[in-house]
Amino acid sequence: MAAEQAKVDPMHQFTIEPLAGSGGWELAGYNIAFTNSALWMLITTVVLFLFVLGGMKRELVPGRWQMTVETFTGFIDNMLEANIGQAGHKYVPYVFSLFMFILFANILGLLPLGVIGLHPFTFTSHFTVTGVLAIISFAIVLLVGFWKHGLHFFSLFVPHGTPLPMIPIIAPIEFISFMVRPFSLGLRLFVAMMAGHVLLEVLSSFVIDGTNAGLLWGGVVGLPSFILMIGICALELLVAGIQAYVFALLTSLYINDAENLH
Amino acid sequence: MPQIAQLAETWSSQVFWLLVFFGTTFFVIGRGMVPRVMATVAQRDGQIAADLAAAKAARDAADEQEEAWRVRENENRASAQAIVAKAKDEAAAKSESKLKAAQTRLDKKLADAETRIAEARRAALAEVESVAVEAAQDIVSRLAGAKVTKPAATKAVKEAMSHG
Repeated sequence: MAAEQAKVDPMHQFTIEPLAGSGGWELAGYNIAFTNSALWMLITTVVLFLFVLGGMKRELVPGRWQMTVETFTGFIDNMLEANIGQAGHKYVPYVFSLFMFILFANILGLLPLGVIGLHPFTFTSHFTVTGVLAIISFAIVLLVGFWKHGLHFFSLFVPHGTPLPMIPIIAPIEFISFMVRPFSLGLRLFVAMMAGHVLLEVLSSFVIDGTNAGLLWGGVVGLPSFILMIGICALELLVAGIQAYVFALLTSLYINDAENLH
Repeated sequence: MPQIAQLAETWSSQVFWLLVFFGTTFFVIGRGMVPRVMATVAQRDGQIAADLAAAKAARDAADEQEEAWRVRENENRASAQAIVAKAKDEAAAKSESKLKAAQTRLDKKLADAETRIAEARRAALAEVESVAVEAAQDIVSRLAGAKVTKPAATKAVKEAMSHG
Protein backbone atom coordinates (compact mmCIF):
# COMPACT_ATOMS: atom_id res chain seq x y z
CA MET A 1 0.00 0.00 0.00
CA ALA A 2 2.81 2.36 0.85
CA ALA A 3 4.48 1.71 -2.47
CA GLU A 4 1.25 2.36 -4.33
CA GLN A 5 0.83 5.67 -2.56
CA ALA A 6 4.34 6.71 -3.46
CA LYS A 7 3.46 6.22 -7.11
CA VAL A 8 1.00 9.11 -6.97
CA ASP A 9 3.07 11.28 -4.67
CA PRO A 10 2.54 14.65 -6.40
CA MET A 11 6.00 15.82 -5.39
CA HIS A 12 7.87 12.80 -6.65
CA GLN A 13 7.94 14.18 -10.20
CA PHE A 14 10.27 16.97 -9.11
CA THR A 15 12.88 14.60 -7.68
CA ILE A 16 16.30 14.92 -9.24
CA GLU A 17 18.19 11.69 -9.89
CA PRO A 18 21.72 11.32 -11.24
CA LEU A 19 21.73 9.28 -14.42
CA ALA A 20 24.04 6.44 -15.47
CA GLY A 21 26.29 6.55 -12.44
CA SER A 22 27.25 10.19 -12.91
CA GLY A 23 26.40 10.92 -9.26
CA GLY A 24 30.02 11.28 -8.32
CA TRP A 25 31.06 13.74 -11.05
CA GLU A 26 32.74 16.77 -9.59
CA LEU A 27 34.18 20.02 -10.90
CA ALA A 28 36.39 22.06 -8.56
CA GLY A 29 34.82 20.30 -5.60
CA TYR A 30 31.24 20.91 -6.73
CA ASN A 31 28.96 18.08 -7.72
CA ILE A 32 27.98 18.22 -11.39
CA ALA A 33 26.10 14.96 -11.73
CA PHE A 34 24.29 14.56 -15.06
CA THR A 35 20.75 14.33 -13.72
CA ASN A 36 17.36 13.85 -15.29
CA SER A 37 17.04 17.63 -15.03
CA ALA A 38 20.24 18.06 -17.06
CA LEU A 39 18.98 15.49 -19.56
CA TRP A 40 15.84 17.53 -20.18
CA MET A 41 17.90 20.68 -20.55
CA LEU A 42 19.87 18.80 -23.20
CA ILE A 43 16.67 17.61 -24.89
CA THR A 44 15.26 21.16 -24.80
CA THR A 45 18.44 22.52 -26.38
CA VAL A 46 18.48 19.85 -29.09
CA VAL A 47 14.78 20.23 -29.92
CA LEU A 48 15.11 24.00 -30.01
CA PHE A 49 18.18 23.66 -32.22
CA LEU A 50 16.31 21.40 -34.64
CA PHE A 51 13.33 23.75 -34.59
CA VAL A 52 15.41 26.81 -35.48
CA LEU A 53 17.47 24.75 -37.95
CA GLY A 54 14.25 24.12 -39.87
CA GLY A 55 13.92 27.88 -40.25
CA MET A 56 17.43 28.27 -41.66
CA LYS A 57 16.55 27.35 -45.24
CA ARG A 58 16.73 31.06 -45.98
CA GLU A 59 14.26 30.83 -48.81
CA LEU A 60 12.82 34.02 -50.18
CA VAL A 61 9.38 32.46 -50.20
CA PRO A 62 9.27 30.66 -46.84
CA GLY A 63 7.78 27.25 -46.23
CA ARG A 64 5.60 26.53 -43.21
CA TRP A 65 8.44 25.66 -40.86
CA GLN A 66 10.58 28.62 -41.86
CA MET A 67 7.49 30.82 -41.52
CA THR A 68 6.92 29.52 -37.99
CA VAL A 69 10.51 30.19 -36.91
CA GLU A 70 10.39 33.63 -38.50
CA THR A 71 7.14 34.33 -36.66
CA PHE A 72 8.90 33.66 -33.36
CA THR A 73 11.94 35.79 -34.16
CA GLY A 74 9.67 38.53 -35.48
CA PHE A 75 7.55 38.31 -32.34
CA ILE A 76 10.57 38.77 -30.06
CA ASP A 77 11.95 41.50 -32.33
CA ASN A 78 8.66 43.41 -32.26
CA MET A 79 8.35 43.04 -28.50
CA LEU A 80 11.83 44.42 -27.94
CA GLU A 81 11.30 47.26 -30.39
CA ALA A 82 7.96 48.14 -28.77
CA ASN A 83 9.44 48.13 -25.25
CA ILE A 84 12.97 49.42 -25.78
CA GLY A 85 12.98 51.05 -29.22
CA GLN A 86 15.67 50.78 -31.86
CA ALA A 87 18.27 49.86 -29.22
CA GLY A 88 16.22 46.74 -28.45
CA HIS A 89 17.32 44.89 -31.58
CA LYS A 90 20.67 43.91 -30.08
CA TYR A 91 18.94 41.99 -27.28
CA VAL A 92 17.05 39.73 -29.68
CA PRO A 93 19.54 36.82 -29.38
CA TYR A 94 19.33 36.79 -25.60
CA VAL A 95 15.58 37.32 -25.21
CA PHE A 96 14.86 34.86 -28.02
CA SER A 97 17.04 32.22 -26.37
CA LEU A 98 15.40 32.91 -23.02
CA PHE A 99 11.85 32.82 -24.34
CA MET A 100 12.29 29.75 -26.51
CA PHE A 101 14.32 27.84 -23.90
CA ILE A 102 11.64 28.37 -21.26
CA LEU A 103 8.79 27.75 -23.70
CA PHE A 104 10.26 24.49 -24.98
CA ALA A 105 11.15 23.35 -21.47
CA ASN A 106 7.61 24.03 -20.26
CA ILE A 107 5.95 22.30 -23.20
CA LEU A 108 8.35 19.34 -23.29
CA GLY A 109 7.73 18.88 -19.58
CA LEU A 110 4.00 18.61 -20.27
CA LEU A 111 4.31 15.91 -22.92
CA PRO A 112 2.41 12.76 -21.93
CA LEU A 113 5.52 10.60 -22.33
CA GLY A 114 4.61 8.62 -19.20
CA VAL A 115 2.33 6.64 -21.52
CA ILE A 116 5.37 5.06 -23.18
CA GLY A 117 7.31 4.73 -19.91
CA LEU A 118 9.48 7.87 -20.09
CA HIS A 119 9.30 10.49 -17.39
CA PRO A 120 9.36 14.06 -18.60
CA PHE A 121 11.01 16.44 -16.19
CA THR A 122 10.12 20.10 -16.11
CA PHE A 123 13.31 21.80 -14.97
CA THR A 124 11.55 25.20 -14.96
CA SER A 125 9.71 23.92 -11.87
CA HIS A 126 12.98 24.21 -9.94
CA PHE A 127 13.74 27.59 -8.48
CA THR A 128 17.43 26.82 -8.78
CA VAL A 129 16.98 26.94 -12.54
CA THR A 130 14.52 29.82 -12.78
CA GLY A 131 16.60 31.71 -10.23
CA VAL A 132 19.72 31.41 -12.36
CA LEU A 133 17.83 32.62 -15.43
CA ALA A 134 16.40 35.52 -13.43
CA ILE A 135 19.86 36.40 -12.12
CA ILE A 136 21.27 36.37 -15.66
CA SER A 137 18.52 38.76 -16.79
CA PHE A 138 19.04 40.96 -13.76
CA ALA A 139 22.81 40.95 -14.26
CA ILE A 140 22.31 42.08 -17.86
CA VAL A 141 20.09 44.91 -16.64
CA LEU A 142 22.73 46.01 -14.11
CA LEU A 143 25.62 45.70 -16.58
CA VAL A 144 23.80 47.61 -19.33
CA GLY A 145 22.58 50.22 -16.87
CA PHE A 146 25.96 50.96 -15.34
CA TRP A 147 27.76 50.62 -18.68
CA LYS A 148 25.50 53.12 -20.43
CA HIS A 149 24.70 55.56 -17.64
CA GLY A 150 27.38 55.04 -14.99
CA LEU A 151 26.34 56.25 -11.58
CA HIS A 152 23.53 58.18 -13.25
CA PHE A 153 21.79 54.79 -13.37
CA PHE A 154 20.79 55.39 -9.74
CA SER A 155 18.41 58.11 -10.93
CA LEU A 156 16.21 55.12 -11.82
CA PHE A 157 15.15 55.15 -8.18
CA VAL A 158 13.84 58.71 -8.46
CA PRO A 159 10.89 58.79 -10.87
CA HIS A 160 10.34 61.91 -12.93
CA GLY A 161 8.51 64.73 -11.18
CA THR A 162 9.01 63.42 -7.67
CA PRO A 163 8.73 66.37 -5.25
CA LEU A 164 12.01 66.96 -3.45
CA PRO A 165 10.72 66.16 0.08
CA MET A 166 9.37 62.83 -1.19
CA ILE A 167 12.69 61.60 -2.55
CA PRO A 168 13.97 60.10 0.75
CA ILE A 169 10.77 58.07 0.97
CA ILE A 170 10.32 57.16 -2.70
CA ALA A 171 13.92 56.19 -3.41
CA PRO A 172 14.10 53.32 -0.86
CA ILE A 173 10.75 51.99 -2.06
CA GLU A 174 11.93 52.11 -5.66
CA PHE A 175 15.19 50.49 -4.65
CA ILE A 176 13.43 47.65 -2.85
CA SER A 177 11.04 47.07 -5.75
CA PHE A 178 14.05 47.04 -8.06
CA MET A 179 15.90 44.48 -5.95
CA VAL A 180 12.81 42.30 -5.67
CA ARG A 181 12.67 41.94 -9.46
CA PRO A 182 14.96 38.90 -9.84
CA PHE A 183 13.07 37.07 -7.10
CA SER A 184 9.64 37.80 -8.54
CA LEU A 185 10.93 36.92 -12.00
CA GLY A 186 12.33 33.56 -10.94
CA LEU A 187 9.64 32.63 -8.43
CA ARG A 188 6.73 33.42 -10.77
CA LEU A 189 7.86 30.86 -13.34
CA PHE A 190 8.84 28.26 -10.73
CA VAL A 191 5.53 28.58 -8.85
CA ALA A 192 3.37 28.54 -11.98
CA MET A 193 5.05 25.45 -13.36
CA MET A 194 5.15 23.59 -10.08
CA ALA A 195 1.54 24.39 -9.19
CA GLY A 196 0.31 23.17 -12.57
CA HIS A 197 2.20 19.92 -12.36
CA VAL A 198 1.14 19.29 -8.76
CA LEU A 199 -2.47 19.97 -9.70
CA LEU A 200 -2.31 17.51 -12.60
CA GLU A 201 -0.69 14.92 -10.37
CA VAL A 202 -3.25 15.35 -7.59
CA LEU A 203 -6.13 15.09 -10.04
CA SER A 204 -4.59 12.00 -11.60
CA SER A 205 -4.32 10.45 -8.14
CA PHE A 206 -8.05 11.18 -7.72
CA VAL A 207 -8.72 9.42 -11.01
CA ILE A 208 -6.60 6.38 -10.11
CA ASP A 209 -7.69 6.02 -6.48
CA GLY A 210 -11.33 6.79 -7.26
CA THR A 211 -11.50 4.26 -10.08
CA ASN A 212 -9.74 1.64 -7.97
CA ALA A 213 -12.34 2.15 -5.21
CA GLY A 214 -15.10 0.83 -7.45
CA LEU A 215 -17.68 1.93 -9.98
CA LEU A 216 -19.49 4.36 -7.64
CA TRP A 217 -16.42 6.35 -6.63
CA GLY A 218 -15.02 6.06 -10.11
CA GLY A 219 -18.17 7.74 -11.46
CA VAL A 220 -18.46 10.36 -8.74
CA VAL A 221 -14.79 11.29 -8.32
CA GLY A 222 -12.73 9.63 -11.04
CA LEU A 223 -14.67 10.68 -14.13
CA PRO A 224 -15.22 14.37 -13.19
CA SER A 225 -11.55 14.59 -12.18
CA PHE A 226 -10.55 13.13 -15.50
CA ILE A 227 -12.68 15.62 -17.44
CA LEU A 228 -11.27 18.43 -15.29
CA MET A 229 -7.75 17.17 -16.03
CA ILE A 230 -8.32 17.49 -19.76
CA GLY A 231 -9.32 21.11 -19.25
CA ILE A 232 -6.40 21.74 -16.91
CA CYS A 233 -4.01 20.22 -19.47
CA ALA A 234 -5.17 22.78 -22.03
CA LEU A 235 -4.79 25.47 -19.38
CA GLU A 236 -1.28 24.26 -18.58
CA LEU A 237 -0.28 24.52 -22.25
CA LEU A 238 -1.54 28.09 -22.14
CA VAL A 239 0.35 28.75 -18.90
CA ALA A 240 3.52 27.27 -20.43
CA GLY A 241 3.33 29.86 -23.20
CA ILE A 242 2.23 32.72 -20.99
CA GLN A 243 4.94 32.18 -18.38
CA ALA A 244 7.65 32.08 -21.03
CA TYR A 245 6.17 35.25 -22.54
CA VAL A 246 5.96 36.97 -19.15
CA PHE A 247 9.57 36.09 -18.39
CA ALA A 248 10.74 37.49 -21.72
CA LEU A 249 8.45 40.53 -21.51
CA LEU A 250 9.56 41.47 -17.99
CA THR A 251 13.19 40.97 -18.98
CA SER A 252 12.69 43.33 -21.91
CA LEU A 253 10.93 45.87 -19.66
CA TYR A 254 13.80 45.73 -17.17
CA ILE A 255 16.33 46.11 -19.97
CA ASN A 256 14.31 49.12 -21.13
CA ASP A 257 14.85 50.69 -17.69
CA ALA A 258 18.57 50.12 -18.10
CA GLU A 259 18.67 51.41 -21.68
CA ASN A 260 16.46 54.45 -21.37
CA LEU A 261 16.19 55.04 -17.58
CA HIS A 262 12.72 56.56 -17.15
CA MET B 1 9.34 19.30 -1.82
CA PRO B 2 12.40 18.01 -3.64
CA GLN B 3 13.32 21.52 -4.81
CA ILE B 4 14.22 22.37 -1.20
CA ALA B 5 14.97 18.92 0.18
CA GLN B 6 17.55 18.21 -2.52
CA LEU B 7 18.87 21.76 -2.76
CA ALA B 8 22.15 21.17 -0.97
CA GLU B 9 23.15 18.14 -3.05
CA THR B 10 21.86 19.25 -6.47
CA TRP B 11 22.17 23.02 -6.78
CA SER B 12 25.67 22.92 -8.21
CA SER B 13 24.81 20.39 -10.90
CA GLN B 14 21.59 22.28 -11.73
CA VAL B 15 23.46 25.56 -12.11
CA PHE B 16 26.31 23.96 -14.03
CA TRP B 17 24.20 22.15 -16.58
CA LEU B 18 21.82 25.07 -16.95
CA LEU B 19 24.77 27.35 -17.76
CA VAL B 20 26.12 24.75 -20.18
CA PHE B 21 22.87 24.21 -22.06
CA PHE B 22 21.47 27.71 -21.83
CA GLY B 23 24.90 28.98 -22.86
CA THR B 24 24.85 26.61 -25.82
CA THR B 25 21.36 27.79 -26.69
CA PHE B 26 22.41 31.43 -26.45
CA PHE B 27 25.65 31.19 -28.40
CA VAL B 28 24.67 28.61 -31.01
CA ILE B 29 21.00 29.41 -31.55
CA GLY B 30 20.64 32.96 -30.26
CA ARG B 31 23.87 34.42 -31.62
CA GLY B 32 24.47 32.02 -34.48
CA MET B 33 21.14 31.14 -36.06
CA VAL B 34 18.62 33.80 -35.09
CA PRO B 35 20.50 36.69 -36.80
CA ARG B 36 20.55 34.69 -40.03
CA VAL B 37 16.84 33.96 -39.79
CA MET B 38 16.19 37.65 -39.20
CA ALA B 39 18.54 38.59 -42.03
CA THR B 40 16.42 36.44 -44.32
CA VAL B 41 13.32 38.23 -43.11
CA ALA B 42 14.98 41.61 -43.61
CA GLN B 43 16.16 40.55 -47.06
CA ARG B 44 12.65 39.49 -47.99
CA ASP B 45 11.16 42.72 -46.64
CA GLY B 46 13.75 44.65 -48.62
CA GLN B 47 12.96 42.65 -51.74
CA ILE B 48 9.24 43.25 -51.33
CA ALA B 49 9.77 46.96 -50.73
CA ALA B 50 12.07 47.17 -53.77
CA ASP B 51 9.58 45.28 -55.93
CA LEU B 52 6.77 47.54 -54.79
CA ALA B 53 8.88 50.60 -55.51
CA ALA B 54 9.77 49.25 -58.96
CA ALA B 55 6.11 48.51 -59.68
CA LYS B 56 5.16 52.00 -58.56
CA ALA B 57 7.89 53.53 -60.71
CA ALA B 58 6.73 51.48 -63.70
CA ARG B 59 3.15 52.59 -63.15
CA ASP B 60 4.23 56.22 -62.86
CA ALA B 61 6.23 55.88 -66.06
CA ALA B 62 3.24 54.33 -67.80
CA ASP B 63 1.03 57.16 -66.57
CA GLU B 64 3.58 59.66 -67.82
CA GLN B 65 3.73 57.95 -71.21
CA GLU B 66 -0.02 57.90 -71.42
CA GLU B 67 -0.18 61.58 -70.53
CA ALA B 68 2.44 62.41 -73.15
CA TRP B 69 0.59 60.28 -75.69
CA ARG B 70 -2.64 62.08 -74.84
CA VAL B 71 -1.01 65.49 -75.27
CA ARG B 72 0.47 64.39 -78.59
CA GLU B 73 -2.83 62.92 -79.65
CA ASN B 74 -4.63 66.14 -78.80
CA GLU B 75 -2.07 68.14 -80.75
CA ASN B 76 -2.42 65.83 -83.73
CA ARG B 77 -6.18 66.09 -83.62
CA ALA B 78 -6.04 69.85 -83.35
CA SER B 79 -3.63 70.14 -86.27
CA ALA B 80 -5.75 67.75 -88.35
CA GLN B 81 -8.82 69.81 -87.60
CA ALA B 82 -6.89 72.95 -88.55
CA ILE B 83 -5.89 71.39 -91.87
CA VAL B 84 -9.46 70.31 -92.55
CA ALA B 85 -10.78 73.75 -91.69
CA LYS B 86 -8.17 75.42 -93.90
CA ALA B 87 -8.97 73.12 -96.80
CA LYS B 88 -12.65 73.81 -96.30
CA ASP B 89 -12.06 77.56 -96.27
CA GLU B 90 -9.91 77.35 -99.37
CA ALA B 91 -12.46 75.26 -101.19
CA ALA B 92 -15.23 77.62 -100.14
CA ALA B 93 -13.23 80.67 -101.30
CA LYS B 94 -12.40 79.00 -104.62
CA SER B 95 -15.97 77.96 -105.33
CA GLU B 96 -17.19 81.43 -104.37
CA SER B 97 -14.79 83.11 -106.78
CA LYS B 98 -15.79 80.63 -109.49
CA LEU B 99 -19.43 81.35 -108.79
CA LYS B 100 -18.73 85.05 -108.96
CA ALA B 101 -16.94 84.68 -112.27
CA ALA B 102 -19.77 82.59 -113.66
CA GLN B 103 -22.26 85.13 -112.40
CA THR B 104 -20.47 88.03 -114.10
CA ARG B 105 -20.21 86.04 -117.28
CA LEU B 106 -23.92 85.27 -117.14
CA ASP B 107 -24.76 88.87 -116.33
CA LYS B 108 -22.72 90.06 -119.30
CA LYS B 109 -24.39 87.54 -121.60
CA LEU B 110 -27.78 88.62 -120.32
CA ALA B 111 -26.99 92.28 -120.84
CA ASP B 112 -25.74 91.55 -124.39
CA ALA B 113 -28.84 89.57 -125.14
CA GLU B 114 -31.05 92.35 -123.80
CA THR B 115 -29.26 94.96 -125.94
CA ARG B 116 -29.60 92.72 -128.93
CA ILE B 117 -33.28 92.22 -128.25
CA ALA B 118 -33.82 95.97 -127.83
CA GLU B 119 -31.98 96.65 -131.06
CA ALA B 120 -33.96 94.03 -132.90
CA ARG B 121 -37.16 95.52 -131.55
CA ARG B 122 -36.12 99.00 -132.61
CA ALA B 123 -35.17 97.73 -136.04
CA ALA B 124 -38.46 95.88 -136.26
CA LEU B 125 -40.39 98.98 -135.21
CA ALA B 126 -38.55 101.06 -137.80
CA GLU B 127 -39.38 98.46 -140.40
CA VAL B 128 -43.00 98.49 -139.31
CA GLU B 129 -43.00 102.32 -139.55
CA SER B 130 -41.55 102.43 -143.00
CA VAL B 131 -43.95 99.73 -144.12
CA ALA B 132 -46.81 101.66 -142.53
CA VAL B 133 -45.69 104.90 -144.25
CA GLU B 134 -45.58 103.21 -147.61
CA ALA B 135 -48.88 101.59 -146.94
CA ALA B 136 -50.40 104.89 -145.86
CA GLN B 137 -49.13 106.62 -149.03
CA ASP B 138 -50.42 103.82 -151.10
CA ILE B 139 -53.82 103.82 -149.39
CA VAL B 140 -54.14 107.56 -149.67
CA SER B 141 -53.22 107.58 -153.37
CA ARG B 142 -55.65 104.81 -154.12
CA LEU B 143 -58.54 106.15 -152.13
CA ALA B 144 -58.14 109.85 -152.53
CA GLY B 145 -55.96 109.94 -155.54
CA ALA B 146 -53.82 112.45 -153.81
CA LYS B 147 -50.19 112.24 -153.55
CA VAL B 148 -48.88 112.41 -150.02
CA THR B 149 -45.34 113.22 -149.53
CA LYS B 150 -43.23 110.82 -147.59
CA PRO B 151 -42.44 113.14 -144.66
CA ALA B 152 -46.14 113.93 -144.19
CA ALA B 153 -47.04 110.33 -144.27
CA THR B 154 -44.31 109.50 -141.84
CA LYS B 155 -45.54 112.23 -139.53
CA ALA B 156 -49.08 110.95 -139.68
CA VAL B 157 -48.00 107.36 -139.11
CA LYS B 158 -45.86 108.35 -136.14
CA GLU B 159 -48.81 110.26 -134.66
CA ALA B 160 -51.13 107.34 -135.20
CA MET B 161 -48.62 104.83 -133.81
CA SER B 162 -47.81 106.89 -130.78
CA HIS B 163 -51.58 107.20 -130.15
CA GLY B 164 -51.72 103.46 -130.45
